[in-house]
Amino acid sequence: MLLLLLGIIVLHVAVLVLLFVSTIVSQWLIVNGRTADLWQNCSTLEVPSSFQCVTSSTNEWLQSVQAMMILSIIFSVLSLFWFFCQLFTLTKGGRFYITGFFQILAGLCVMSGAAIFTVRHTDWQPATSDTAFGFAYILAWVAFPLAIISGVIYVILRKRE
Amino acid sequence: MWSQGTSGSGSLVLVAALFSALVLAPTLAIHVYTHREVHGTVGSQVTLACSFWSSEWISEDVSITWLFQPESGKDTISIFHFVKGQPYVDEVGAFKNRMEWVGDPHRKDGSIIIRNLDYTDNGTFTCDVKNPPDIGGKSSQVTLYVLEKVPTRYGVVLGAVIGGVLGLVILVVVIGYLIRYCWLRRQATLQRQLSAMEKGKLQRSAKDSSKRGRQPPVLYAMLDHSRSTKSASEKKSKGGLGESGGRLK
Repeated sequence: MLLLLLGIIVLHVAVLVLLFVSTIVSQWLIVNGRTADLWQNCSTLEVPSSFQCVTSSTNEWLQSVQAMMILSIIFSVLSLFWFFCQLFTLTKGGRFYITGFFQILAGLCVMSGAAIFTVRHTDWQPATSDTAFGFAYILAWVAFPLAIISGVIYVILRKRE
Repeated sequence: MWSQGTSGSGSLVLVAALFSALVLAPTLAIHVYTHREVHGTVGSQVTLACSFWSSEWISEDVSITWLFQPESGKDTISIFHFVKGQPYVDEVGAFKNRMEWVGDPHRKDGSIIIRNLDYTDNGTFTCDVKNPPDIGGKSSQVTLYVLEKVPTRYGVVLGAVIGGVLGLVILVVVIGYLIRYCWLRRQATLQRQLSAMEKGKLQRSAKDSSKRGRQPPVLYAMLDHSRSTKSASEKKSKGGLGESGGRLK
């Protein structure tokens, strides 16, 4: 029983960490040595050996991706908070509906943010032959199924003792 | 000590000079203020605002001049002149029939409106005001950018999406809680009515008309406060269902 609780909490925290890293680290695209998006485009210059960053474009689609990632973090944090609330206040046999609802919402937000980015990234970043997706983008896609699974577990879980 | 004395008096002189420059200088020059950049869409109109501050009274000799330097040119041409209370709009140049004077020198406003913008209007506009005897001072420049559509400020879309979704979710959660609360309350009321009806039947058969029989369902007593004063149990069992049914509606 305690093991199950611990496992659920570890999964939730893992989803939260993935969301935080994916949102904060600006490495959604890699264009021949330069990293770009979500917040700034950075490049390493060779000649005076420096690291230079400029703010990303102000395109509306990029703004909506940023908004979706921030919303997913907000919902996941709220879900964790509600989980601990409901753990102590829920009646025996009750289900963690609100917790699951917020976690599933967080998963949907990550998915929509990553999907919008996938479809629209050529609007502000012209596609060249060596444009590759960075690790933050991959983390966003990994966080989506984990968040959905976590939310579903909350919804079908029943409180005991 | 000698060097200290000179340095001390020297710094004092410097401070006095700075003070006089800061305090006296504004009163000896005219100050003109405009925006730094103005954005406009093709075909629409734009207001080039120009306000000035002068220490002297605004006399009838005040003159306001607007100059224009195209983006792709080096020459600065004069497009508007206001002198002796009369505005003179450019009748032959590029701004013919497109410019309008909307300023009021007595309100310290020297603004003009340019209609029907075109890409050739990209450039720097200079607002120059002279109010004799106050004629010194810097004129102010505003750069006009004519674009296909005006760029929205960064953060508008971001804030709107976050605010909208959060508001929607909070609304859904609140409505969910309200529905659940009302549903539970309705369940509790129906439960109490059923148990009270049963208890009423029992009381009638036992011929016990004391109020103590109705004490246990405290919630029922709270919900039907007006009827707890009536002693007749028949009224309660007969009219209770209909009346509280009406109340629930």
